[in-house]
Amino acid sequence: MNFEAINESLPLYFGGTLTTLKLLVVSLVAGLAVALPLGVMRASPKAWLSRPAWCFTYVIRGTPMLVQLFLIYYGLAQFEWMRESIFWLWFKSAWFCAMLAFAVNTCAYTTEIIAGAIKATHAGELEAARSMGMSRRTVLWRILLPSALRRALPAYSNEAIMMLHGTSLASVVTLVDLTGAAREMNSRFYLPFEAFVTAGVFYLALTFILVGAFRAAENRWLIHLKPRQ
Amino acid sequence: MKNLFRIIIFAATSLVLLVPHACAAQGGEKKIRIGVEGAYPPFSYMGVDGKLMGFDIDIANALCKEMKADCTLLQQDFDGMIPSLLARKIDAVIASMSITEERKRSVEFSDKYYQTPGRFVAKVGSTLEVTAAGLSGKRIGVQRTTIHDRFATATFPKSEIVRYTKQDDVFLDLIAGRLDGVVVDSVAAAQGFLKTPGGKGYAFSGPAFNDPKFFGVGAGIAVRKADTDLRDQLNAAIKSIRTNGVYKKIQDKYFDFDVYAESAPSGKKK
Amino acid sequence: MLYDFLPNILSGMVITLSVGIASLLMALLLGLAGAAAKLSKSRWLVGIATLYTTVIRGVPDLVLMLLIFYGGQTLLNDLAPRLGFADAININPFVAGVMTIGFIFGAYLTETFRGAIMAIPAGQREAGIAYGMSIVQVFVRITLPQLVRFALPGFQNNWLVLVKSTALVSVIGLDDMMFRAGLAAGATREPFIFYTAAAILYLAITTVSILLLQMVGKRYSIGVKAAQL
Repeated sequence: MNFEAINESLPLYFGGTLTTLKLLVVSLVAGLAVALPLGVMRASPKAWLSRPAWCFTYVIRGTPMLVQLFLIYYGLAQFEWMRESIFWLWFKSAWFCAMLAFAVNTCAYTTEIIAGAIKATHAGELEAARSMGMSRRTVLWRILLPSALRRALPAYSNEAIMMLHGTSLASVVTLVDLTGAAREMNSRFYLPFEAFVTAGVFYLALTFILVGAFRAAENRWLIHLKPRQ
Repeated sequence: MKNLFRIIIFAATSLVLLVPHACAAQGGEKKIRIGVEGAYPPFSYMGVDGKLMGFDIDIANALCKEMKADCTLLQQDFDGMIPSLLARKIDAVIASMSITEERKRSVEFSDKYYQTPGRFVAKVGSTLEVTAAGLSGKRIGVQRTTIHDRFATATFPKSEIVRYTKQDDVFLDLIAGRLDGVVVDSVAAAQGFLKTPGGKGYAFSGPAFNDPKFFGVGAGIAVRKADTDLRDQLNAAIKSIRTNGVYKKIQDKYFDFDVYAESAPSGKKK
Repeated sequence: MLYDFLPNILSGMVITLSVGIASLLMALLLGLAGAAAKLSKSRWLVGIATLYTTVIRGVPDLVLMLLIFYGGQTLLNDLAPRLGFADAININPFVAGVMTIGFIFGAYLTETFRGAIMAIPAGQREAGIAYGMSIVQVFVRITLPQLVRFALPGFQNNWLVLVKSTALVSVIGLDDMMFRAGLAAGATREPFIFYTAAAILYLAITTVSILLLQMVGKRYSIGVKAAQL
């Protein structure tokens, strides 16, 4: 192990960590925001609502994120009309493309998680609410979503960790995230083992922090489902 | 139950241990694994049928024939070449790699097999001045770990240097308008980009770069430091294809100028 | 344009599938071994298996792949003379890809199999032994068929994610479907067409896999009534 080289590259890794975290937070928040309505649609018994949502998740979950990222970053840039449209202001930036690809991806998975949690809701819970005179809308906001979202928490924590790992793809579209930092260090010192082990340690630490945060969240919102001591 | 688990564990570990053995290099005489690139026209690129071709590839094959060696060409990204060489995944690199002092610290080089300067490529009519001040705040694309990467990083400190794994991707992003300019080998730019339909509207700008500090003394074949035998064989082979006309034949297939000399070609030819 | 390159990309699909299947086999073995270790009484085995699943699931696939491909090679080169090999042992991209993906999904399958084995009541195994079956017979006749049934949903999920992960081997230079699509995209300057083609082919693999696994699922669920509300 060449610790001197690692030490010298540490600023690179800290910068990379910041990029990774930015990508992660933005894509998770955006993905979740869109996944909420999509998840409700997907769980709906009406085919015209659930089918389009199913289509979206099927295509996104059926193709590698690397392909989606390349399609958005290099693929769309191929078209002249795209480069001349106002959207280009955003699509020009590797940041935006990476965030979009990651957000779309996590959105598809989160949609399925939320839909699954909604479908697992006890029918009696909803019947009780309806018989208390709540409107459908009130049932959705007060009963269905709060309980479904809580139950979705463990699955969602897995998704967030998968997403943290997914952001490592940002390095293939010129962004210098944690993995990008490792590749940079490797090409500077030709020390692949040190470079990637260091990145691995950083990711492991981030994973533990995420796991810890979600455990705290579960203790706060899922305490009622814990096995009794 | 426990026994069965032991069997499973044994099977799994032996699989892990055996897989690499099956692919162990059969050491010994004249088997050379050569690292080549594949996305760097006209030096190396993939044909429609998926076959590798280009100047580097032809030179590699000619040298092997000259040395009567049994060569395998292994395609990989440029930034992985020296790590792969040091890790003994490959024995030689024929990928337009320039002979620089920095690289000489890690690897050994043959004599040069061609030499061309670097250039700055931008949109036709670009008013950018190719100086540190003129390019300040601009986005300049380079292929990671190349001499052009090192040169641009040192020469244009106020610019944003954007690094790519493949040269083709640098050009894709130049066309896409994500880059203000590209620092690249003059021939790779002329033949691989400017003369193609995609390169319409782009041109060289500024002077030819050939500061030996960054650009070295031409492109050579990298081998491990310990492999001086291989280096000497390669040098002898380069010398003989230079004299027996094989080199000239390959050169004429791709270029209409002398690619071995130091004179810079202009992108306007033909 | 696409037509010219299509045979080439399709032959890359064969490589994608080979990597997928080879790493699946390795993941299955590692998964069974990991589950066995985690359920064993030896504290050592439990510790090693836990370390394995934690570290692997805490670090992105891409980083692990780069680490094994470049870093693992350096390590092997140092070890080779000590183990008595004259020359270095070479990890080619195929082997590195298969080892990495097999290793990663071995960790995920460890959890899947552990859950599935725990779902089989211990009494059934004991009953088998009481009838005079050998340990192998108990495993083949009692544990395995139910293991398949219980593990199938998790297995399907893992296989789908695994196939998509194979796209990453293109980053370490294995000329799979994704790699060839990328080269064609660069050579023709028409990335959109080629990445779309790759996406469709991946979607085809996923769809066929899901249909096949559904058939297997039906076969192994004969005799189990689906719970219906």
